[in-house]
Amino acid sequence: MKRYVYINDDESARDLYCDNCISNRKYTLLNFIPKNLWEQFSRFMNQYFLLIACLQLWPLITPVNPASTWGPLIFIFAVSATKEAWDDYNRYLSDKKANEKEVWVVMHGIRKLVQAQDIHVGNIIWLRENDEVPCDLVLIGTSDPQGVCYIETAALDGETDLKTRVIPSACMGIDSELLHKIKGVIECPSPDKDIRRFDANLRLFPPFLDNDVCPLTIKNTILQSCYLRNTEWACGVAVYTGNETKLGMCRGIPEPKLTAMDAMIDKLTGAIFVFQIVVVIVLGIAGNVWKDTEARKQWYVKYPEESPWFELLIIPLRFELLCSIMIPISIKVSLDLVKSLYAKFIDWDNEMIDQETGTPSHATNTAISEDLGQVEYILTDKTGTLTENKMIFRRCCINGVFYGNDSGDALKDVELHNAVSSRSPDVIHFLTVMAICNTVIPMKTKTGDIFYKAQSQDEDALVHAAARLHMVFVNKNANILEIKFNGSTIQYEVLETLEFTSDRKRMSVVVKDCQNGKILLLTKGADEAILPIACPGQQTRAFFEAVEQYSQLGLRTLCLAWRQLKEDEYEEWSLLFKEANSTLVDREWRIAEVCQRLEHDLEILGVTAIEDRLQDGVPETIEALRKAGINFWMLTGDKQNTAIQIALSCNFISPEPKGQLLLIDGKTEDEVRQSLERVLLTMRITTSEPKDVAFVVDGWALEIALKYYRKAFTELAILSRTAICCRVTPSQKAQLVELLKSCDYRTLAIGDGGNDVRMIQQADIGVGISGREGLQAARAADYSIGKFRFLKRLILVHGRYSYNRTAFLSQYSFYKSLLICFIQIFFSFISGVSGTSLFNSLSLMAYNVFYTSIPVLVSVLDKDLSEETVMQHPQILFYCQAGRLLNPSTFAGWFGRSLFHAIVVFVISIHAYAYEKSEMDEVSMVALSGCIWLQAFVVTLETNSFTILQCIAIWGNLASFYFINWIFSAIPSSGMYTIMFRLCRQPSYWTTVFLIVAAGMGPILALKYFRYTYRPSKINILQQAERLGGPILSLGSIEPQPRPILEKEVSPLSITQPKNRNPVYEPLLSDSPNTRRSFGSGAPFDFFQTQSRLSSSYSRNKDN
Amino acid sequence: MSSRGAASSSGGPQLGTSESSTRISKKPKYSRFTQQELPACKPILTPGWVIATFIAVGIIFIPIGLASLFASQRVVEIVHRYDEECVPPIFSGNQLAYIQSSITNKTCTKNFTVPKRMKGPVYVYYQLDNFYQNHRRYVKSRSDKQLRSKAGELDTSTCKPEATTGNNSPIVPCGLIAWSLFNDTYGFSMKNKVLNVSKKNIAWKSDQEHKFGSDVYPKNFQSGGLIGGAKLNASIPLSEQEDLIVWMRTAALPTFRKLYGKIETDLEANDEITVVIQNNYNTYSFGGRKRLVLSTTSWIGGKNDFLGIAYLTVGGFCMFLAIGFILLYVIKPRPLGDPAFLSWNRNPSGIMN
Repeated sequence: MKRYVYINDDESARDLYCDNCISNRKYTLLNFIPKNLWEQFSRFMNQYFLLIACLQLWPLITPVNPASTWGPLIFIFAVSATKEAWDDYNRYLSDKKANEKEVWVVMHGIRKLVQAQDIHVGNIIWLRENDEVPCDLVLIGTSDPQGVCYIETAALDGETDLKTRVIPSACMGIDSELLHKIKGVIECPSPDKDIRRFDANLRLFPPFLDNDVCPLTIKNTILQSCYLRNTEWACGVAVYTGNETKLGMCRGIPEPKLTAMDAMIDKLTGAIFVFQIVVVIVLGIAGNVWKDTEARKQWYVKYPEESPWFELLIIPLRFELLCSIMIPISIKVSLDLVKSLYAKFIDWDNEMIDQETGTPSHATNTAISEDLGQVEYILTDKTGTLTENKMIFRRCCINGVFYGNDSGDALKDVELHNAVSSRSPDVIHFLTVMAICNTVIPMKTKTGDIFYKAQSQDEDALVHAAARLHMVFVNKNANILEIKFNGSTIQYEVLETLEFTSDRKRMSVVVKDCQNGKILLLTKGADEAILPIACPGQQTRAFFEAVEQYSQLGLRTLCLAWRQLKEDEYEEWSLLFKEANSTLVDREWRIAEVCQRLEHDLEILGVTAIEDRLQDGVPETIEALRKAGINFWMLTGDKQNTAIQIALSCNFISPEPKGQLLLIDGKTEDEVRQSLERVLLTMRITTSEPKDVAFVVDGWALEIALKYYRKAFTELAILSRTAICCRVTPSQKAQLVELLKSCDYRTLAIGDGGNDVRMIQQADIGVGISGREGLQAARAADYSIGKFRFLKRLILVHGRYSYNRTAFLSQYSFYKSLLICFIQIFFSFISGVSGTSLFNSLSLMAYNVFYTSIPVLVSVLDKDLSEETVMQHPQILFYCQAGRLLNPSTFAGWFGRSLFHAIVVFVISIHAYAYEKSEMDEVSMVALSGCIWLQAFVVTLETNSFTILQCIAIWGNLASFYFINWIFSAIPSSGMYTIMFRLCRQPSYWTTVFLIVAAGMGPILALKYFRYTYRPSKINILQQAERLGGPILSLGSIEPQPRPILEKEVSPLSITQPKNRNPVYEPLLSDSPNTRRSFGSGAPFDFFQTQSRLSSSYSRNKDN
Repeated sequence: MSSRGAASSSGGPQLGTSESSTRISKKPKYSRFTQQELPACKPILTPGWVIATFIAVGIIFIPIGLASLFASQRVVEIVHRYDEECVPPIFSGNQLAYIQSSITNKTCTKNFTVPKRMKGPVYVYYQLDNFYQNHRRYVKSRSDKQLRSKAGELDTSTCKPEATTGNNSPIVPCGLIAWSLFNDTYGFSMKNKVLNVSKKNIAWKSDQEHKFGSDVYPKNFQSGGLIGGAKLNASIPLSEQEDLIVWMRTAALPTFRKLYGKIETDLEANDEITVVIQNNYNTYSFGGRKRLVLSTTSWIGGKNDFLGIAYLTVGGFCMFLAIGFILLYVIKPRPLGDPAFLSWNRNPSGIMN
């Protein structure tokens, strides 16, 4: 499908395409009630409760008062509907704000201010600096004579740097006055969500230009929600509007999340429902048979001879209602309640407050805390999530001289300052490259301060560092760069920019020194891209060493180099470059080839070391979570090398020989397939070995793999515990989440930027880091935390406790309902299978909502293991991940327990209260007391830690059972007048109750003790160890000893690498060349080593 | 845990509070509840505790069991089934016709001997078997409002099918329960002297005072086509109709005893007692049995060995478990909480790889 956009044609497109009204709303005023009810009733449990509530309206069959079901039902529905309505109202408000924003639009040839929602496809929109782009536009003019404009795409892909966009060649040179008279047609694809691709054509109508079709790419567009920066104005044609924009297509409605636990509870509920139906059918048939054979003879029952047609249904329906308590309505209320408490505990947690900003953690989604304990895959963004996204220039090596090694900060190194002030030529050249070999744009604030807008944070760090060393990049005026050095201004003219590509791994600029007319080639890039092309005579050993040393410290290294060009050499090359630039086929490859012709025989100036500081505690966090059996995938928009580097330094992947990196790449289907197969083969072989195998894939290969080789890739995803995906788009991130989810893994996505939003929404759990890239991710996420390291606590402490608590609470809820239900069923066998309820309505209602729900609610305070123990033994999370505490078999245990207890209570009650004592009200209260006492002991036995609140709730509840019943026994009009007083005076009542407790709990205690002592689970062992004060430090996983805090202040670098891994590493910091060399080959964080390993394993794959 | 995390957690509350003054107010207040750090008692199932518990339960339960068994054994009980015997042999093939006929002689005289001394008061019960007073149709068919006061006389909606007479005037007391009131009577005599059976105070005081109104008189009762059970004296208020009140306390089990009266005097061993039974109540249609029971009482109630036996069983079982666990503990001691049992310690790569 194609769409044809007629520029500036007010009529044609109006009806064809939607207007620019953005709508994120789920409901309208009219459809709210039906749609919301429909949504709520799509849950099985709600349908069930509604059915029961409706049946209860029929007095012939109801055993209890209908209000006991209707009340809670309406309450539950009202609460969730209100919540939904509030959320939707807020969405409406934010949409409204966006829609009513005023923009300049050309209407009927005149520029007018209109509301954003009135924009139509084909309109010409004018934007001024710092305006937000209201819809997807094709640029046709900017204030810049070259037709360039800068945009910030943070909201779209999360990248905060400025991107350049150019107007299509066809529009080049059109006078700004004429722009709003422009006519033409844009042929573009139907709206899609690919923010990296826009394959379209533009043809302007006369009189503007000839009829040539001008191709358009994504470079010619500015997309919705970007900001126009550094450009006075820009104007463009709306091509996609409203919800059809690339952003709108990307957005997608986040589906309400259901935790694995909820799903399991639903499943168990379904099973109980089936069981209930079976019971009802069996009892119904039995009841009808009994009625026809026995009850007809029981004259005192006076069954009528003739019966209505539905007579056969009455008994089954009665049993249905009698058994309806099998599925406790209170479970939904209690679960909602405890879930919001879990969320509150996260909000309240003092240890998850970001001390730097004072931001506490926050759980936006209060319903999915249990899932945190069941996470199997964590997909993490890199920049800003693992790292602080704050690049700092730390060290450098200029012509073999190391600066910054002593203090850890070259900018404070006196020697360097001395070298600068003595105008050592090497240093000056070095600084010049630092200052101008980049695409940074300096800008002045109103106060005259200079700040830099940089595409890459590295360049930003370099320019800043140069400025600190008195080489200040002050202005960029078209092609003229202005540099201030020690008060004097130096101007350079940029002749060519040889852009950075991930293949070339370097970028260069060709500048002309305006003072002396010399033409210089300034290059910076990765060491392996620069050092091999050094001029033959130069000693590069020192640089190799520097690179080695720096990358061991986890620093990002760049080599700087330069070469003076002869005029004719440049001229000659310049022609080639221009030609390459205009090639249509294989342009990128051609350019790279031409660039290579110029970039040779470089004089290496030095090596810079930039720190992208890992956040505090990242390696420890990742290590702990990996030990907990969680698989990590790193999804980053960053380039491969950086990603690998960071991955190494934060324990993400293990260095050789323990770890192995497998690379999937390729530009074509065939290449990707081959490499995928190779990797899969290696992966299958190595799964048996205790080896950390990780694969690395880039965005391009990933796209092909996902499109054509989904099956193979899925297999790979299952096999691999670790993966690094570089250069991936937001929607690819989301696709990867989707892929893992489709394999039934619980995924957690963590990120900090707008580019992570989709992945966060897609994942089972989205965690946002309220970081430097704004709050976008944090807002979209289910949880927002201040620092990556809080993730450990979030999962191991909060997730785990939530899981354990809910596991107990939900199964217990079923247990207690089943218990009372079984008693009713047994009773029906001695009451002529007629559906009599042993218990009165009041007791039944109070039993479910009061007697049994209060004690279990305080189980939210239960801790099976202390936080410290869990942190030391993250492996224990396995029990939650594998769902060991809530699954059909544990549930069967509870089911059996309730059956056993029901038998105990029933048999003892009816035998102890037989003959002259078999009075209905008394027997019912004896049985109920027995249940309540058993409940108290069951909760006590299953509670691991008793706080004062738990004691109050459990025993206070028991006391209040008597208290409430005494009150009812004191009211003459109530059915159970004097019953409880009467019972409490009878010794036989108390002996019966204690007998029930002993007979009910004895076997359970014995079984639990036997298991606990002779078949202990890992949790039990840790409990015993923790509480008996034994050695809880495990042998295999001794935690890193807390480092003195002082050290951190002295040398911030030390936290960038996990020191616990390599204690002998210390001498390196004292910078002695000899020790350094001795560690060189074996050191874990060696960039070259990694590279060579990469290639070696890659080639090994090839051999396979 | 990261070093910083560990440091701050060990620093605990002091660190938090000292810093909080400088922090932004968004920071939640520290409390032991919000931090889930309430002081907690964390017991574990050590062998000592468990074995001690079982021994304690055993030690407590066995004497109680013996005591209640003893009490139950001391209760003297005379149970006499009469439903079969009281049907004349000519009707033995058609008991139903006998009981439903209005002309047959329903009187039946029985003798029995007191086996042991029975200290007064001796309770006289009738026991019915296979009689479902707990049947849903039956148990719901009553109107507490009507029974309580005259004002509720018309409240018979729950009484179906025994709610009103043919001409729609309410039956008092309405419902199946009242309608089927037990109507066998017993006359006791000993050594040709009438043995007085007190019919007073056989119902619960609370029922007489609050559930059955003193201003409610039977009306239209047993006047329909089908007579269920006993008739009531229309001049006596319901609160005084103790047989009815006893009957209306429905039994939870199909086998039940209801108090008929009390013999206030002691009965000596080998006393011959003659009972003249008016065998009116129809249990023959559904095969229900009727028994006459004379019983003394004890602190646990009537003769019921169940509690005693159950206590002895549970107590013995607990002792058995305790001994079993002690033996297990001695034979196969197992240190608690040995980290060596953690699988990831045995095998460093563990379950995860």
